Amino acid sequence: MSDRSNILPTRQTMGGIADQLTGIPLHFPVERRWLIAMMFASALLLMLMVSVVELFTRGVGIWGINIPVNWAFAIHNYVWWLGIGHAGTLISALLLLTGSEWRNSLNRFAETMTLFAVVCAGIYPILHLGRPWYVYWMFPYPATMGVWPQFRSPLEWDIWAVLTYLTVSLAFWYTGLIPDLAAARDRATRRGWQIFFGITALGWRGSARHWLRWSQAYRLTAALAVPLVVSVHSEVSLLFAVGQIPGWHSTIFPPYFVLGAAFSGFAVVSVIAVSLRSWFGLGNLVTDDHLDVLGKVLLATGLMTGYGYVFEVFDAVYSGEGNELQTLADRFTGAYAWTYWGAVIFNFIPLQTLWWRTVRRTGWRLLLISVSVVIGMWLERYMILVTSLYRDFLVSSWSHFTPTFWDWSTYFGTIGLFLVPFLIAIRLVPMISIFETKELLHEEKEEEQHG
Amino acid sequence: MAEPLYGALAEFGSPEDLLAATRKARAAGYRNLDAFTPFPIEGLERILRLPRPAISLVGLGGTIAGAGTALIMQFFVNYDYPLNVGGRPIYAISAFAVVTFELTILFSALAMLVGMLWQNGLPRLNYPVFDAARFHRASKDRFFLCVSAEDAKFSASETLAFLSGTGALSVELVPR
Repeated sequence: MSDRSNILPTRQTMGGIADQLTGIPLHFPVERRWLIAMMFASALLLMLMVSVVELFTRGVGIWGINIPVNWAFAIHNYVWWLGIGHAGTLISALLLLTGSEWRNSLNRFAETMTLFAVVCAGIYPILHLGRPWYVYWMFPYPATMGVWPQFRSPLEWDIWAVLTYLTVSLAFWYTGLIPDLAAARDRATRRGWQIFFGITALGWRGSARHWLRWSQAYRLTAALAVPLVVSVHSEVSLLFAVGQIPGWHSTIFPPYFVLGAAFSGFAVVSVIAVSLRSWFGLGNLVTDDHLDVLGKVLLATGLMTGYGYVFEVFDAVYSGEGNELQTLADRFTGAYAWTYWGAVIFNFIPLQTLWWRTVRRTGWRLLLISVSVVIGMWLERYMILVTSLYRDFLVSSWSHFTPTFWDWSTYFGTIGLFLVPFLIAIRLVPMISIFETKELLHEEKEEEQHG
Repeated sequence: MAEPLYGALAEFGSPEDLLAATRKARAAGYRNLDAFTPFPIEGLERILRLPRPAISLVGLGGTIAGAGTALIMQFFVNYDYPLNVGGRPIYAISAFAVVTFELTILFSALAMLVGMLWQNGLPRLNYPVFDAARFHRASKDRFFLCVSAEDAKFSASETLAFLSGTGALSVELVPR
């Protein structure tokens, strides 16, 4: 493929990349900014802790949920966070398998994002349990009561899906990290770093035999991770779709949820890419071309999510079922119409500017569009949950949902739960895959020489 | 005889030089070779005649173990504590599909990753080549070829001379 243009500037050297990227954890360049960000994130995390203590003391009544809207922020944010997590695995696994070189500069922090987003998602169903200290009842263990968990319930599937997803993502992330930890170990001069990277690198020495087995294991795990992503978010959407509630009982839900998840996740990847690039001066590795590609992916997944919106309307109208049509009308004009139209506006209006190349290649524009998508997708999950529940079949069970202070504080708190470990990860491990970037640089240089 | 040796290590500046030197070493009759590189080099395993790893078999084993565990667990749980919910079947394969799928992937992925580390002999925090003076650049931008001291044709002075002749940037002996 000689007509392919380079995605990395080829004037840099391999040694330069290794020094630059290992230099971020070893000689942290932006100590003060990091501390300020960390203080902000810790404040949010503290808010989460207070909210959780309050929740555990007084129960889920402190939230705005009640019959009929008995699921709201807890599951809404669970779906939202899990969706954000999915882009990380898609970038690292799907694009590894399809040989898209541009992933190399993005996969590490995208995977890191996945890990912590899944943690944020995972705590929500537990918080929502009412008696969260009995969460272990979900596990099949020989209890003295002789009761086993109910494997025919989608709520039981949840715990298996999320724990599997978290474990496999963690294993995949760490496997990809081992050679880079070895690179950091070899550059480290301070004793503490030498010990830290020496132990975490597991004694990796880059032997040809090791690389051979490593590559095979890495690729096969990636091949497993792609259907895993699809299955996990399909499973989440089945929580809705297997119910009878109008607006949920729809066959479009699994693909609609998976694509929406990728859409919001790629938006967060763009936010992180633009931020890290300007923080650490990584313009030579996360280039305008990378932003360009991210913009295109965002546009594509956004349009596919738009198809889901259209199909939802079609589904309801085509079914001709009264309650479905009523829910559709409630979405357009009901008490929560602002969530529907908010989702449409935030998700799809700024997105259309991505058709222009200059918009895709400008960091701050891509950042603003991505933030808009993240808000839009949050509103979409709100819309799906609340507009279906607040008016179902019986007029006698119609009611409203208003989030309370504790709903909001728990939600903003989880942003702290995401940011604190993410910032620590930035501080400790190379945030861009060193060896994969070098491999790409080598290939590009070779192509340049041989035409 | 001085202290026991692990082998002779030669340093190269690019993957092409390493591949060329490895071919020469094979042609010269060296068989017990290894290379150390900052990223996987395509074609190196063919020249070194490394056997194809069996990670996929390990993964297949994990797949079967995962699916089996999940199905047996779910069937047993519903046998041991049958709950009739609206007359729906107790052994509902379609309802078991999700957990079966997740556990299949979980067991398979973990089996492959643990298998990969196991076969590679990791974690092993120290290794003779780490004592070589220039080896720290193997994770940066240098490519190393190592002739093991256990090679039938190995002799400290001759092997070093041979490696220097392949255009190596530096050569050195690695103590065991």
